[in-house]
Amino acid sequence: MSTQPPQQETDESTAETSAEPETESTSPGQQKRAAQKRERANASAQRQAEADAKAKADEETREIKVFRYDPEVEEKQEPRFDTFHVPFTKGMTVLDAVMYARDHYDPSLTFRHSCRQAICGSDAFFVNGRQRLGCKTQVSELDEPIRIEPLPHQDVVKDLVVDMDHFYEEMESVDPYFDPDETPGNDLEEQRQSRANREKVKMSTRCIWCAACFSSCNIAAGDNQYLGPAALNKAYRFAMDEREGESRKQERLETIEQEHGVWRCQTQFSCTNVCPKDIPLTEHIQELKREAVKKNLKFW
Amino acid sequence: MYEHDVIVVGAGGAGLRAAIAAQEAGADVAIVSKLHPVRSHTGAAEGGINAALREGDSWEDHAYDTMKGSDYLGDAPAIETLCQRSPYEVIQLEHWGMAFSREEDGRVSQRPFGGLSFPRTTYAGAETGHHLLHTLYEQVVKRGIEVYDEWHVLNLAVTEEERPEDRTCHGVVAYDVATGELSGFKARDGVILATGGPGQAFDHTTNAVSCTGDGQAMAYRAGVPLEDMEFIQFHPTSLPSTGVLISEGVRGEGGILYNAKGERFMFEHGYASNDGELASRDVVSRAELTEVNEGRGIEDEYVHLDMRHLGEERIIDRLENIVHLAEDFEGVDATKEPMPVKPGQHYAMGGIETDENGETCVSGLYAAGECACASVHGANRLGGNALPELIVIGKRAGYHAAGKEMEPAKIETGQRGEYETATIDSPVELGEGGSPGDAVADGGAVAAGDPADPDTVLNATVRAEQDRIDELLNKEDGVHHSEVRSKVQQSMTRNVNVFREEDRLKQALRDIRDARDEYQNVKVMDPSRTFNTDLLQTIETQNLLDLAEAITVGALARREFRGAHWRAEAQERNDDEWLKHTMLSWNRGSPELWFRPVILEGENKTYEPKIRSY
Ligand SMILES: Cc1cc2nc3c(=O)[nH]c(=O)nc-3n(C[C@H](O)[C@H](O)[C@H](O)COP(=O)(O)OP(=O)(O)OC[C@H]3O[C@@H](n4cnc5c(N)ncnc54)[C@H](O)[C@@H]3O)c2cc1C
Ligand code: SF4
Ligand code: FES
Repeated sequence: MSTQPPQQETDESTAETSAEPETESTSPGQQKRAAQKRERANASAQRQAEADAKAKADEETREIKVFRYDPEVEEKQEPRFDTFHVPFTKGMTVLDAVMYARDHYDPSLTFRHSCRQAICGSDAFFVNGRQRLGCKTQVSELDEPIRIEPLPHQDVVKDLVVDMDHFYEEMESVDPYFDPDETPGNDLEEQRQSRANREKVKMSTRCIWCAACFSSCNIAAGDNQYLGPAALNKAYRFAMDEREGESRKQERLETIEQEHGVWRCQTQFSCTNVCPKDIPLTEHIQELKREAVKKNLKFW
Repeated sequence: MYEHDVIVVGAGGAGLRAAIAAQEAGADVAIVSKLHPVRSHTGAAEGGINAALREGDSWEDHAYDTMKGSDYLGDAPAIETLCQRSPYEVIQLEHWGMAFSREEDGRVSQRPFGGLSFPRTTYAGAETGHHLLHTLYEQVVKRGIEVYDEWHVLNLAVTEEERPEDRTCHGVVAYDVATGELSGFKARDGVILATGGPGQAFDHTTNAVSCTGDGQAMAYRAGVPLEDMEFIQFHPTSLPSTGVLISEGVRGEGGILYNAKGERFMFEHGYASNDGELASRDVVSRAELTEVNEGRGIEDEYVHLDMRHLGEERIIDRLENIVHLAEDFEGVDATKEPMPVKPGQHYAMGGIETDENGETCVSGLYAAGECACASVHGANRLGGNALPELIVIGKRAGYHAAGKEMEPAKIETGQRGEYETATIDSPVELGEGGSPGDAVADGGAVAAGDPADPDTVLNATVRAEQDRIDELLNKEDGVHHSEVRSKVQQSMTRNVNVFREEDRLKQALRDIRDARDEYQNVKVMDPSRTFNTDLLQTIETQNLLDLAEAITVGALARREFRGAHWRAEAQERNDDEWLKHTMLSWNRGSPELWFRPVILEGENKTYEPKIRSY
């Protein structure tokens, strides 16, 4: 994966991606589509102009500037920002604002979203220079114009959508599943866990895979193979679970101790600061480091 | 074309559990999901999972509570299967490491829930669904089960015999969201739909934006009946701007509901003089809406839920997450001001008709989870009973599709056994209506080759979907789907809510008719093949039209008050006439109404309908 921040999209990269659609745009159907597209662009520009005029008359709107890019659509191949004025209502979130802009001004505005309640982890964006969940960020708390960009350090697929594959690969590389030495033989017998131990792993189990932390991390930006805060937190969740047993724990510590593991972390706290689930990521990573040291002492 | 033994559509709790079971039974299984698994709406469930685990409790008691809660519209074989198997499935989750809340002795905690005679709701903090979803996904990763994520399923490849009961499902057609590639997915043994609920048919819902009932619409158009669609649960306390759920816990701890005049209306206006705010969900929802309709709502829209008198300390101690929800999603500091709340669509009891093994009447086609109707919940779902359905029926569907030997089902599907037909009293033409192009849209592409050959069926369906996409993208001019969608959503919220009157239901049918006609001219504005959510939402809107109509037709047909369904014209439960399921079949482009009797005979006893009072 290239860890290229969207602001730095160069002409080169856009030229590359534009080659394909152009060679194909010769069929009459596509020419027609292109003509319609222009028409539509005009229509939507007009709608936006009307809204702009209304915005001046009416105080209760908010200005948002949204990053736009689509490798396949001619006028969007060059990354740009579009400005929208959305009517403000109490309780409005950044996600509400981009949904409004999409449904009323430009239906091609693209972003992931689903739950609208900070649990599906789809809509981490870079809002006014910081990783935030769109649905969990109140518009009223932000300075205008509100700048909404895709997560930095991930490839942009289109508009606010980034390629999550690399993040998922890191998450899945730490054996992210419960793997105890023993399981009760009886189908109805519980594998007991103390309250204290459940408390210990509780925060680590709250991760919603939004990748905000990963995107905020300088180390991950510089080292493509660095596991990153979320995957390390996932490893923590199992390594600290008393039900898995000691030998599995040692294996897990080996995984996180590898070259691109915990020792890369420079305790900058950026991940902890942006995590929408308040997971103390840096603390967890520090604790893993301590555990790893203990383990190594034991085997020396 | 991709090919597997079993294809699971959807990766929420039901889909993931089904996939794990199918693999356990030896099948080569793949999951196809429009969202990455961990984005599924199962993650939003807060309260818990019911299971009779402890001494003093029994599956029989759980079954009794569930049948009573269903207002005697659940089928006993499905309910008993659920209650017998839930303890095993909950402990299975526990053995897979799910982070349940714990007792002092290290066992799983349980709490009381509405309508339960024993505190049998197991939970993981206030995030039970999140933990269930992630635990299941971890097992999918562990097993290396193939997941095609962000592949949006557009249709089922089903043969075209005259009677749905003679048809076979050979796979699905899906669209790769990232690239725009359209492809057939052939299923050698079976397709399992686990696509979740249709909450987006309403404009105010606790459901996710992705809950568009796709699986229900696809199955319906393939000939599988939709069952009991009129039964929609409305939750009385959702935040007005987003629909985010404020848990019953607030009222449980002593939260009070006020109208615009500052009256404690649950008591002062006599809605529930004994239980007040703690009356059941449907009672409180109707009370709130009456207040608003009679001009005592705040901003003509909502009422206030106030917990300030509990004191900041107690609030932070017991209800901290509510304070965050109100602040993050409504911009309200609940320790200093009352929270605005109103009823919101929450859960669909009805769905794709299946038996207790998750099998539909079309061979090779299964459904499980909220999209399905086995029927476990009947006319009203008890809190904490949806999640067990995902894991119990999901697993059985997975086993069955993979060919594992199972006890034959007791529940009959399709137009077999005992049933009666009926006519629909609609003011307008239903279904596709007179639109020539789409009359055969249900897999109607002419097949070259043997019409029963799986590859032929699949290829024809792929071509039909390609045509549909091309048409949507190439329209000269037209309306945007969001206009059509929001009209229907608004009409549903206005006319098919907790109050149902004949005139309003008919108005909804007229609105849906108009919307269907408008949809004929719908066009997709975004020309891109890359991540074209405009195209996919346009297709989802068509599904919502079918489902909104099915919900409304069911509501119009059922002239009685049962569970979540209240009718102005007949405000009592009528067991003589209505101990039967409402069935809708898509018959050549328009809905056909019929009824099937409820099964009240259980394994050891027959459930006698009693008054549902708490
Ligand atoms: C706020 C809230 C709280 C709740 N709390 C509780 C509770 O405490 N206890 C309880 O028992 N129940 C609760 N419920 C109900 C319960 O959570 C849901 O009924 C259940 O999670 C639904 O699970 P599912 O697997 O059927 O569907 P979902 O989890 O919704 O998953 C659907 C899946 O299908 C996929 N999909 C959909 N359409 C397509 C398509 N066209 N192509 C490909 N894939 C598709 C999606 O990507 C997704 O993966 C709650 C519900 C809500 C909304
Ligand atoms: S640790 Fe926090 S920021 Fe990182 S992916 Fe998980 S929820 Fe998102
Ligand atoms: S939309 Fe699900 S986390 Fe924001």
